[in-house]
Amino acid sequence: MSHLLLDNVCVDFPIYNTTGRSLKNQLMQAATGGRMGSNEKGRVVVRALQNICLELKEGDRLGVIGHNGAGKSTLLRVISGVYEPIEGSIHIEGKVSSMIDLSLGMDGEATGIENIFLRGALLGFNRKWLSSKVGDIVDFAGLGDFIRMPLRTYSAGMQMRLAFSISTLVQPEILLMDEWLNIGDVDFQEKVQQRFKEIVQKSSILVVATHSPELVEKVCNRTIRLERGSVIST
Amino acid sequence: MNISNQNTFIKILKAGWRDIFAALKGYKLAGVLGWQDIRQRYRRSSLGPFWLTISMGVLIGALGLVFGSLFDSPMKEFLPFLTLGFIVWGLISTTLNEACTGFITAEALIKQISLPLFTHILRVVWRNLIIFAHNIIIFPLIVIVFWLPLPATALFSIAGLILLMINLSWMALLLSVFCTRYRDIPQIVSNLLQVVFYLTPIIWMPRLLPKRASILLLDANPFYHLIEIVRAPLLGSLPSALDWQVSLILAAAGWLMTVLLYGRFRSRIAYWL
Repeated sequence: MSHLLLDNVCVDFPIYNTTGRSLKNQLMQAATGGRMGSNEKGRVVVRALQNICLELKEGDRLGVIGHNGAGKSTLLRVISGVYEPIEGSIHIEGKVSSMIDLSLGMDGEATGIENIFLRGALLGFNRKWLSSKVGDIVDFAGLGDFIRMPLRTYSAGMQMRLAFSISTLVQPEILLMDEWLNIGDVDFQEKVQQRFKEIVQKSSILVVATHSPELVEKVCNRTIRLERGSVIST
Repeated sequence: MNISNQNTFIKILKAGWRDIFAALKGYKLAGVLGWQDIRQRYRRSSLGPFWLTISMGVLIGALGLVFGSLFDSPMKEFLPFLTLGFIVWGLISTTLNEACTGFITAEALIKQISLPLFTHILRVVWRNLIIFAHNIIIFPLIVIVFWLPLPATALFSIAGLILLMINLSWMALLLSVFCTRYRDIPQIVSNLLQVVFYLTPIIWMPRLLPKRASILLLDANPFYHLIEIVRAPLLGSLPSALDWQVSLILAAAGWLMTVLLYGRFRSRIAYWL
């Protein structure tokens, strides 16, 4: 049973390289970005998330919408465990996987095969299991003999194909996404959408940050709108 | 200490230990990443990491000639001493220098995937151990060239190396936490390491020291003991009891302090990047 509970979560980013004094105790009113201010030690901070309360249960498909800098990505990172809240608490049951940067950790000089093991290791797979999947990955990505060539010889589309094929080996319980994935040419698009839909269907909770109302309409059963770090409508 | 203080103390200890334990359990990932660093550095070079062996060999040869004749030491005695000291020191200093940027260079990973953060430090330590393994090849070569007997004590240096790595790991973790927050520390560390290099008997032999100076430069220098537990057994003498004691106490006290500090600040590291 997957479950996700955020209780009054606040996230502050300390800023160490601006001249703190001039900004101290000033609250800047800007249309985008978080709230700038200072904490009790007088250090400049950007409040990226403010008092976020959120509960997600099995079957929830949450769309997170808002301007650039509204805190969407920060919220995803809090859920994925990268940032621990400054205030408030977060409680997660279930394996969280993020499909945000699919090619993270891949190396241009390494061959396609080496990259499968590299990226696979970061996703938490062991070598033996990956070896048994290499055939499937290469087939799905449709790279053929190119898999033995260094990644830098691939076109951007081919690199994405490989990254996608490896990254979607994960079966997440709680799936985090930043916009819907659109990669590859026409043929590959269909395969991608097919596999992607399967993964989304099998995952028990989906959180997707997006600017697209159509996506929310199509995939989500709940939405929250963030503005300057706060939830302004649910 | 009242009850609530005691509780936070244990909580912090646990938080630090949990991350370190998770990283050790997933040691394979650190292994993959460490190897990848080596591959990346030497890709498309035909000799690969053996360039390290060669350049280290040339450096040791040159230093051996200069300092051997300067200190008037017989080559047969001085060169094995210099080789081991220099290579072990290389392991210590590059590990600590690179640990300073351990979290900073892993920023992209840290901000995207929630891995145990100690994994990134294990990666640095492992990478340098691989480099050490390439460098240490020079020692058997010197043993053969000078036709030295391989002492029976040599096996003790494996225990010494393990203890050295345990010590290096906490130093690396501690430094990486501080350096992520205060970006001036890497400069200070590299400067201090340079000073320690000259203060520690690596290119000069301890018996050249006058009696009084030796207490300060040898006994009070933890790096001397850490080098001795690896070097001495390979040169045919056992490290002194003091060498072992200092190294063991350093490991225990260092790890306790590091786990506490790490437990306290671990969750801040992602914010400091």
